[in-house]
Amino acid sequence: MSYRNPPTTPRKSATFDDYTLSEIRRAAATGIYDIRGGGAKRRVPNFDDLLFLGASISRYPLEGYRETCDTSVVLGTRFARKPIELKIPITIAGMSFGSLSGGAKEALGRGATTAGTSTTTGDGGMTEEERGHSDKLVYQYLPSRYGMNPDDLRRADAIEIVVGQGAKPGGGGMLLGQKISDRVAEMRTLPKGIDQRSACRHPDWTGPDDLEIKILELREITDWQKPIYIKVGGARPYYDTALAVKSGADCVVLDGMQGGTAATQEVFIEHVGQPTLACIRPAVKALQELGMHRKVQLIVSGGIRSGADVAKALALGADAVSIGTAALVALGDNDPRWEEDYNALGTTAGAYDDWHEGADPAGISTQDPELSKRLDPVAAGRRLANYLKVMTLETQTIARACGKSHVLNLEPEDLCALTVEASAMAGVPLAGTDWIPGQIRY
Amino acid sequence: MQTFDLAAEPLRDLNQNLHNQQPGTNDAGWEILNPKGSHAVAVGVNAPLDIHVKGNVGYYCGGMNKHGAITVHGSAGPGVGENMMSGRIIVKGDASQYAGATGRGGLLVIEGNASSRCGISMKGIDIVVGGSIGHMSAFMAQSGNLVVLGDAGEALGDSIYEARLFVRGSVKSLGADCIEKEMRAEHIELLTRLLDEAGMSNAGPEEFKRYGSARKLYNFDIDNADAY
Repeated sequence: MSYRNPPTTPRKSATFDDYTLSEIRRAAATGIYDIRGGGAKRRVPNFDDLLFLGASISRYPLEGYRETCDTSVVLGTRFARKPIELKIPITIAGMSFGSLSGGAKEALGRGATTAGTSTTTGDGGMTEEERGHSDKLVYQYLPSRYGMNPDDLRRADAIEIVVGQGAKPGGGGMLLGQKISDRVAEMRTLPKGIDQRSACRHPDWTGPDDLEIKILELREITDWQKPIYIKVGGARPYYDTALAVKSGADCVVLDGMQGGTAATQEVFIEHVGQPTLACIRPAVKALQELGMHRKVQLIVSGGIRSGADVAKALALGADAVSIGTAALVALGDNDPRWEEDYNALGTTAGAYDDWHEGADPAGISTQDPELSKRLDPVAAGRRLANYLKVMTLETQTIARACGKSHVLNLEPEDLCALTVEASAMAGVPLAGTDWIPGQIRY
Repeated sequence: MQTFDLAAEPLRDLNQNLHNQQPGTNDAGWEILNPKGSHAVAVGVNAPLDIHVKGNVGYYCGGMNKHGAITVHGSAGPGVGENMMSGRIIVKGDASQYAGATGRGGLLVIEGNASSRCGISMKGIDIVVGGSIGHMSAFMAQSGNLVVLGDAGEALGDSIYEARLFVRGSVKSLGADCIEKEMRAEHIELLTRLLDEAGMSNAGPEEFKRYGSARKLYNFDIDNADAY
């Protein structure tokens, strides 16, 4: 018998992995960067890296189902004559009509209203579907100013000045021509079928001093009634939060890099901005140093999935959270029931992110009338309401276990971290130690 | 004629009073004294009032105006008439940056010069400037008409969509996708009307050149990457 040398197992590069190779081939074939929806898909330190300690001899818990654990929050208490009162500390993030179908916007309004919370417009103006079905609606004030008008400002319950978002801090938007229906075109004052670029900077203010005057103008237009939020991406949360307070905001919305977008370059989504977990403590520190914690409310978004995530965000100092991607999943986005259709698009349920192409099998991120029919706004709204209720119950479960009669009483001392990275970012001790990297504690 | 003295009463009361006016009011005349550069003067007006501001104003005078006729007897700071919906705003002096930004309708007249980014992202407004305008004016201008009797600065109409630009004097440079276009009879007619409405009919419409979109950047094309 001849002797064969044992072959080595074929070895793929960790640097040039299958995904990287496919992206190089795609770029070489098409000559254009990859555009997709959603937030960062890479693993980053996140809320899963934190644990609650629960009650012990020194902390006693509340009786589940017997002793109340309040979940209500009030947003906009600093200057607005009509702050927003919510039953739960979970809001629906801004998503545009245009990127989403009218039925999807209606479903978001229905679900949020049933659960006692607010929903938010997006880059494209306010639609009757969402105003009519949203008990509390936050109206976004964006660089593009598509659809912006004083009548909608006055019929909004709050105004959110969008400076940036977590998926793309420093980036504008793009709604590709295939999603520009007659109605979308009319709302945005642009021809049908062309790519609609949303500017990355506001057209009539630059910097925090101008922003303060812009906020004054919006307050004067709306007779100082509406809470004014400022939304920033997770870039420089300490300074952005401080400057938002200086500019006169009632609330700061802070969106980490796991926060989704309707369409942006993959390279932007995955390589710009900080993880949500890393953003919260610097923002809270800024509020505390200014004596504004709980006076200017902090709303955190970007990768919130469960009541555990909500509780952790609140414990780190947020007043509320906001969900976008998770809300779409509750409506039916990426549902395996449409697997054949996802396969036909070259993807699979759970991975579909070409929301900008307008061919969403679930009928959510589309303007196609036939696809849109697949989403029943009433049933989808019910699912969202169910999901919000489950998240709220989960948040209460954890808060009670930590002995809190209000979810906002959760605090960093209720937490520990599983990794050194999460410990440093969240400013809570590494599990089993009293060590927080970068902090000297006596 | 109602008089409001900003030296004696707060801005908030002024705008609240203006918002309280009903469309059919028979006392639509307003005189605002001592603006002294105040910001957000007469913003969110929602009725056909005839408002005269006696002096210079700061940022965003007449912002989101609907139906109102506002005359600034002085100069205006940044963002005069921003996002105005209808009505008329006249600035007797000069205007700072972003005049008429994102305006959707109505007529904004600046009898003096306007600074940079005049008509930025305009969405249907008509703007007539008696003097010259600064750089990056009509950036991403979507709809409406910008008429300039003087000169235009650098990068006029960069990334412009469907707005029409008319300049009588020189243009330092055109922005990406902005080109000179033929002046047809319909444009002469439009220009004649706008100059007349602005009280500047001493300028002949045939003296102007028209600029607008080449429409080459309307859908992404990698071969145009240098222009993005």
